[in-house]
Formats: sequence, C-alpha cells, structure tokens
Amino acid sequence: MTRLSGGLIDRTQTLRFRFDGKDYAGHPGDTLASALLASGVRLMGRSFKYHRPRGVVSAGSEEPNALVELRTAARQEPNTRATTVELFDGLEANSQNRWPSLALDALEVNDLFAPFFAAGFYYKTFMWPKRFWEKLYEPMIRRAAGLGRLSMQPDPDGYDKGFLHCDLLVIGAGPAGLAAALTAARSGARVILADEDFRLGGRLLAETHLLDDRPATDWLAQVEAEFASLPNLRVMRRTTVFGVFDHGVFGAVERVADHLPDPGQGVRQTLWRITASRAILAAGATERHIPFANNDRPGVMLAGSLRAYANRWAACPAERVAIFTNNSDGHRTALDLAAKGVDIAGVIDPRDDVQPLGDYPLFSGSVVSDARGRLELSRVEVTGNGRSHWLDCGVLGVSGGWNPNLHLASHHRGRPRWSKAIQAFVPGAGGPAGLEAAGAAAGEGSTHAALQAGARAAQAALDALGLRAASPELPRAEDTRLRQAALWHVPGKGRAWVDFQNDVTVKDIKLAHAENMRPVEHLKRWTTLGMATDQGKTANVTALAVMSELTGKPIPETGTTIFRPPYTGVSLSVLGGGDTGRHFRPRRLTPTHSWAEAQGAVFVEVGQWMRAQYFPRPGETHWRQTVDREVLATRAGVGLCDVTTLGKVDVQGADAGEFINRLYCNGMKTLKVGMVRYGLMLREDGHAFDDGTCARLAEDHFVVTTTTAQAGPVYRHMEFARQCLWPELDVQLISTTDAWAQLSVAGPNARRLLERLVDGFDLSNEAFPFMACAGLTVCGGLRARLFRISFSGELAYEIAVPARFGAALMARMTELGADLGATPYGTEALSVMRIEKGHAAGNELNGQTTAQMLGMGRMVSTKKDSIGAVMSRREGLVADSRVLVGLQPVDPADPVVAGAHLFAEGAPPGTETDLGWISSACHSPHLQSGLGLGFLADGAARMGEVIVAANPLEGQSVRLRVVSPHFIDPDGGRLRA
Amino acid sequence: MLIPHPLLGPRDSQEFTYLGDAGLLNRPDGMAAGAEAAFHDYVYLRDNPAGVHRELWFHEQGDRSWLVVTRNTVTHEILGAELAREVALRGQEGGQ
Repeated sequence: MTRLSGGLIDRTQTLRFRFDGKDYAGHPGDTLASALLASGVRLMGRSFKYHRPRGVVSAGSEEPNALVELRTAARQEPNTRATTVELFDGLEANSQNRWPSLALDALEVNDLFAPFFAAGFYYKTFMWPKRFWEKLYEPMIRRAAGLGRLSMQPDPDGYDKGFLHCDLLVIGAGPAGLAAALTAARSGARVILADEDFRLGGRLLAETHLLDDRPATDWLAQVEAEFASLPNLRVMRRTTVFGVFDHGVFGAVERVADHLPDPGQGVRQTLWRITASRAILAAGATERHIPFANNDRPGVMLAGSLRAYANRWAACPAERVAIFTNNSDGHRTALDLAAKGVDIAGVIDPRDDVQPLGDYPLFSGSVVSDARGRLELSRVEVTGNGRSHWLDCGVLGVSGGWNPNLHLASHHRGRPRWSKAIQAFVPGAGGPAGLEAAGAAAGEGSTHAALQAGARAAQAALDALGLRAASPELPRAEDTRLRQAALWHVPGKGRAWVDFQNDVTVKDIKLAHAENMRPVEHLKRWTTLGMATDQGKTANVTALAVMSELTGKPIPETGTTIFRPPYTGVSLSVLGGGDTGRHFRPRRLTPTHSWAEAQGAVFVEVGQWMRAQYFPRPGETHWRQTVDREVLATRAGVGLCDVTTLGKVDVQGADAGEFINRLYCNGMKTLKVGMVRYGLMLREDGHAFDDGTCARLAEDHFVVTTTTAQAGPVYRHMEFARQCLWPELDVQLISTTDAWAQLSVAGPNARRLLERLVDGFDLSNEAFPFMACAGLTVCGGLRARLFRISFSGELAYEIAVPARFGAALMARMTELGADLGATPYGTEALSVMRIEKGHAAGNELNGQTTAQMLGMGRMVSTKKDSIGAVMSRREGLVADSRVLVGLQPVDPADPVVAGAHLFAEGAPPGTETDLGWISSACHSPHLQSGLGLGFLADGAARMGEVIVAANPLEGQSVRLRVVSPHFIDPDGGRLRA
Repeated sequence: MLIPHPLLGPRDSQEFTYLGDAGLLNRPDGMAAGAEAAFHDYVYLRDNPAGVHRELWFHEQGDRSWLVVTRNTVTHEILGAELAREVALRGQEGGQ
C-alpha cells in the first residue's frame, strides 16, 4: 500500500528526493516522513544507545525516532525530524547513527549487551580506573553515542533577528488558536498568530470531522481569506514559539526558507522576539503510547499520527493495520483508515465493556504484549483472558490518551496540575503572567470545546487589556468526550520502551526505583529519560505513571516534570541572528583609517576599534624591521600616530573641579587652567582602575582621557559617581571620544612641525611648557585643542580636531613634516616607546595591581576623600611588596616574554617561590635588546640583581637584570625641552 | 525583561548594564573615623535576597541614566524604577 485517496497534497506536481541514496517521489504538501511512508518506508533510524532499528512514530515535532541528516555538504543538518521537514524537489536526507547502513548496523551488537547498559550504566561503569576516563572511556563513548554528524563546515546561510509587539499572541493555529485569533483580530487588537506547521489548521487537517456539515478545509479557507483582509493580524506560519521569557517576551523562530532547496541570498531563519501583552497557548496535545515488549519495532506508531498520515497526507505504510488503544479516540483511527480502504486487522482495547465504532474485528479486554519484525513490523501478540495469539499487521497504531502541550505554561516554573478526568497533566498555577491555555492544550480536546475555548480566551485576554471583542459565529463541530482506561504499560518479560530516543525501558525505571532514584529529578538523570532532543514529549508522563505504580503513590504525588525552553531545538545560527564574522560586534574605524589604508598600514583589532599596527615600507620583510624604523624615526625626528581611540570625557559645571578631585586618587584641586595632569583612578576596593590625563580648559571645564579599553567602563563609573554618589554637585558629563580626532606628534622635531600648522600660536617652551593645554586654531581657522603630553618620553604633543578633519590633518602633517622626518607609526611602535619610557598601560592596569605596585603609592592623597583611597591603605594591599621594575636580559640575545614568571636564581619554579611576573615586553631598538616591565617582590631593593624569568610553555628560562623601568630620558629632559 | 524607565517608558533590559545592590548609593565618608571598617562593609557586604531587591541599572545604550529598579529576584517582577539621582538626593536630605 502506498498512497491512499484524498489528502491535502498537490498530486499535479511531483517532487523528487533521495533518502539514504535511494530515489523517491512525493508531492507538495508532503513532509519527508509522509513521503517516505507513502513509499512504504517504515525503517528510518537507529536508536541512540542500542542502535535498534526504528521507524517514524509521530506526525509532528514530538518525533523521537525519525531523525535524519538533512541536506549535504555545508548545509548538512543533523537530528532533523523527518516529520517536520517540508518536502522540496531535490531534497537529500540520510539516516544517522548507523554503520555501514541503516538495515545493517554494526553497533546493533550493543543491543545484545543491553543487560550491561541498564540505567545508571555510565555512572557505575566508567568510574574506575580514574585515569581511563579521559584517554579511553570518554573518546569511546563520544564515538559510539550521539546521533547525527555535523558538517564541520561554516554555515553558508544567512540569519536574521527581529522584534514584534502585539496585544495578543496566539500560539498554535488549530481550532482553538484560529477561533482565538479570529475573535481578537476582528476587534481591531494587534494580534499575532504563530504555528510551527506550514499550513494552518492543526488537528483539523488530520481529522475527518465536519464543521457545519462541510469538510473542515472549507471553514479553514474561509478563515484564511478573512485573515488576509485583517491588517492588524500577522499570521506566522512555520514559526515555533519556543520559550516564554520575562515580562511577556516570547522567543520564536520562523523557518523562512527551510522549505526551499536553497535560500539563495535570502534569510534562512529569523529569530523573533515578540513582546505580547497577553498570550493564548493553543498548542494542542501530544498522544501517548503504551509500552509493551518490543514496542519500538518500525511500524509501531501513534494512532492519531496514523490518522493524520492517512487523512492529511494520504499515506499509510502498510496494507494491514492493527490498533492498540485504551481510549475511544483510537477507534477513530480504525474507522478513518477503513474508510480509505486499509485492511483493519483488529482493534485491541483493554476495556471489557467497549463496542466497535464500525465494521472491524475488536479484541476487547486485551492488550498487545509483543511485536515481531526486526526491520519492519510483521505481527503483534494479542493477549486477553489469559490467552495469547499472533495477529499479522504491517503497522500498529497505539493510543494511550493525550497529553496537553503545556510546555510553555511551565516555563516560569508553572506547576502542571493532574486532571483525573483526562488522566493527564494540564497547565497549573504559577505559569507565565498573561498566558492562558485553551483547547487541547488545556485538556479541552473536542473540536467544539476547542473552538469555544479559543474564542472565550481571546475575549478574556482583550477584556484584561480594556478591549472588547464579540464572539464570532463558530461552526458546529463534534463534541465527543474521550473515554479511556488507565493502562500505562503492558507488564511482561521483554523490554518495553518508554523513551524511544534515549532508549529508556520500563525495566530501567524499575531499576531506578530499586536503586532508590525515585524522585522524578533523580529518575530522569539516572535513566536519561526525557533528556534527548525531544525532551521526552512522548515519554515523560508515561514514565511517571510507571514510577507511580512502583511506589504505590498516585501520579500527582510522584511528581511532575516541567519543561524548559526551547520547546523544540533551536539552532545556534539563528540565535546568533547573523552576528557572525565581521558582524559579530560593531567595528569602529579611526578618523585616519582610510588614510592609513592608503599608506599600506597593517591593522589590529583593539576591542571594537581597528587601529593601524604598523606601516610597512617597500623592502621591509619583517614587522620588526618596520616597527624598529618607526621607533627610531620618532626618537630622531618626529612621529605621528592616531590616538583617537583613547577615551575622552568632557566634564563641565561649577563643581567640575570638585568632582574631578573626588574621582582621581591624586590631587587635582591645584590643577591650573591651561594645564594637564596625569591622573590615576582607583576602584572603590583600592585597586588601580584606569589612568589618563586630565586637562583643565577653563575654570569649569575639564577633558579627561582614559585608556582605549576602559573608555566605556570609566565613563559609566563617572556617571555613577555623578548621579549616585554626588548628585549635589553641579557637573555634566559627555563622552567625546568619537567627536575629536586626536593625533600624537612626538619627537625632537615635534615643535618645529606644529609651528608650521598653528595659526600664530606661541609654542615656545616658556609660553606652552610641558603639560600645558590650550584651545587654538590650525591650518587657517580650524578649531583645535593642543595638549603637551608625552607617552613616548619624547618632546610630544597631542592635537585634537573635529573628527571629520582627522585624516586631512594627518595628511597635511606628513606633507609639512617631510623634511623633518615625519613618520607615521602604529600601535606596535607606540607600545615599544611607552615600555622604553616605563609608562604603565593596560597590561599593568590589569585589575590586580595597586597604585603602590605601579610605583605611585605616594600619589594617593591622604588629604581628601577620593574613590578607592581608603581601601588602598588596607593592610593586605600595603603589605604587598611587588612593584613595577624594568627587566633587561643579561645576554642581549635572550628573549623577554610577557607572562613569564620571575624567580630567584637557583630557586625551583613554583607557586611558593614565585616573585612576580613580566607584564609587558618588547624588542627595544634603542637598547638593541629585549626589554620588559614587570612586577617583582621587593623590586625596589633588587635593583641590579639578576633574576630568572621562567616561560615553561616554551621551555625557556632567561636571566634578567632588574633595572629602573625608565630606560629613556629618566630625568625627563626631553619632555621639557 | 522590560525596565520601566521613569523618563522613557518601558525599555528592553538589553539596553542596560547591571551593577548590583542599590546600597552602593550610600557611600561612607572616607575622611570620617572608622572609614576603613565602613568601606569594608560598603564594598564587600551585600544582602542577597530571594525576593524584593533594589538594584542599580545603567541605561548605557539609552539616555545614560542610572536607575534604582525594584525587582523581585524570584519572579523577575519589576515593582518600580526611579532615577538613582533622585533617590540619592532624597537619601542625602534624609541623612541630614
């Protein structure tokens, strides 16, 4: 038997696809699972632990077995549920977790060793010997376990994310969801209707129920037409609402192009963040199965899914079908299949007092107790009244009742409530605020009840928002009550599967019970129940019922399991939403970026910034050659460097001076207008936070600079101080980092170069001394700020102009300074020069150092209260003798490596003998050797001593001489020249 | 999460940077006697309530206001938000 009659597939078109290398055909409207079933394929996968042959069980996203690797090459996606893959022409899928083939799997041998793989197997077996874990057990388990394989190639597709807002979000487009959306949207409220399926209708598509005596598809067509006319309603097909987050925020993934052979330039999936005032959970219900011996044979399916395949997809994978049901709903499957010409071998029902709904053999008071057919079901054993016989059938539909899909209702720790009436958990109290379940998700399973409940829920939701909605005319629909017997599993000797995907059997639950792993949380972890990719959608409640039977406690006392997001798997790609590679974070370019690019600069990422690292010239074959040249040219003539990335904060107000003084640990009160002072900020715990300069442009106007890395945190800290600590001060702050291009002009020719630039401004040492600052104009009227500060140890200035003039100023200066040796330099030369000068930078201000360690302990003023001052005087910090020193190799050829730790000569390297570490290192062209800055215990007393720097990672051990950190111009003569 | 900004209305919490307990508003006087002990408590000692908590959020990708947000740490319900500056000023008046 392949295709049946009818169904919601388009038979005028044929779609070709491949599964495990074999060609098949299907139609638009098919899923991969329905097309395979229609082709008579029952075997679709292998189980996780025992590698048992498995077939499709369900017709939806709860599918535990039919997981495939979809597509090929870079687009290969493992663990894709065949039941939710919309068929497209050229689709390629492969079964997984098998070798060499699906029918013949070498690891099926695991199944023979099943007694060894019982619950808690990993915990019990791989405990000893301990050293075997990393080398033997874990690699072995990793190879054998796991389902699909990753492509190991970058994801070639595009992803996006977006934000939506609405009054009401309706989750699920079955009868309840459609009635809710219709009710709410007609009132004019902003409504979003989301459904994971590609077609609206939910169970209406899978059933033969009539609405107003006509096929349900007629009503669906009418509703869809009205939906299309309502601009305030957004219908989102192929969209899974996977989680409820705080304050009415819902996460949803829209599979925009997963049904296309290739998304092309478009987006494959979109991550939506939907903010909804109210939400209705109309997610329907999932059918339960009934464990019996060998109930995992390919061909044992859920009865409702069998019905869905027959009615919606015109597919039935066998000519002879049996049904095993403990409830009235299962009988409908027999009716529907019989109506399509399928031979019903019989309906097996444990209830004694049950009547058949139609003309089919009924085995009442009976159960299915075993199944045969390793790769495809061939017969089932029917046991009743103490007698057993075998019944031939290719497919067995099983129904053990329905579990409401309450997952989202438990996302805020809402506790499900046990309903005796429907023998299932329904959404309980304490779930997400504003979310109400309706229809089958709330245990109201008939079509009539679902339609009515949806409309009512929408009215109530809008009412809470102060909106009014009239109840729409809803069609007449069936209103049969589900009658069922409590049969949770069929006792017997063979293994009866509860959780198909993670291979958990009734025996495992018994073992967990025997080993006292009885609370649900323990049961889950001991047996791995419900911990597979399907989160136990078809298994958890059944397992709970089995445990309840064993403990003799009723189910609600045994416990409940609540579900976490996501409802179904969400790919990391879509969570990234396209923020990968270059788009991972914002990329900030300095004002001179394009100029530096034209100069052939090599760039380096510094946080979000791209900075010129060095400027190679023709003939230079190694970066060190370039950097050495830039350093020497700066120290001999004049160097130019873009230092815009250093943070700048503009501080203004009558109390600006007082504010600054409380912020820095050193005294700032005496800073005169027109002068700059070095400043060190501490954290309140007494450690160094950041350093920079503070320029007083006017009595009530300061410009504070920060390091590049800490520009954000320092600004945040300053706003905290202004708003939270000292709100009484009249002071305003703004970050001007991006507003001003700032260029460093350093070297003995710096003044001569600037003289050619400024508009009649006196740059003489007397008029504009070291640490002076001023506002001025340059280049014939361009507004600028000039600071005489030096990071390199040379006569140096920093000049700032509005950012858009930065590149032009840089070009002008290299042109005007050609005869003065003007040389652009990058961050590498900048770093070499500051190490030669002994200036601290990010490596020294790493959050673990103090002012004292930086050699600035005496700078911390005791005459005032400033942030961190009190705690910096703590006994523990003061007692730390490590201090910043310079380190020079005894043999100039030896390398100096940052990160190396320092030890006394002859001392065995270890934590107890550790004397400190090298924080910064470079090759100094000035000294013609390596050079380091580091923190050394009793550093001040060790000047001239030789110590050892150990770099065990590279097997290096180098003798270094402890020297002053100031290698260049220790008396500051050049700065003041 | 949505933070009800007193000036800008409901804003996504992703626009904010979190700092911690609003007790940080009450910075001790560093020049007073016993300052070290007071700062020890200020820097290191925090309540960690399961329930209502007053905490500091910075609208970093917004108007750069520091807010005191009252949040139930168990349910994430937000019971109110004020400008930290106003809370601090009120505290100073109360303290004097």
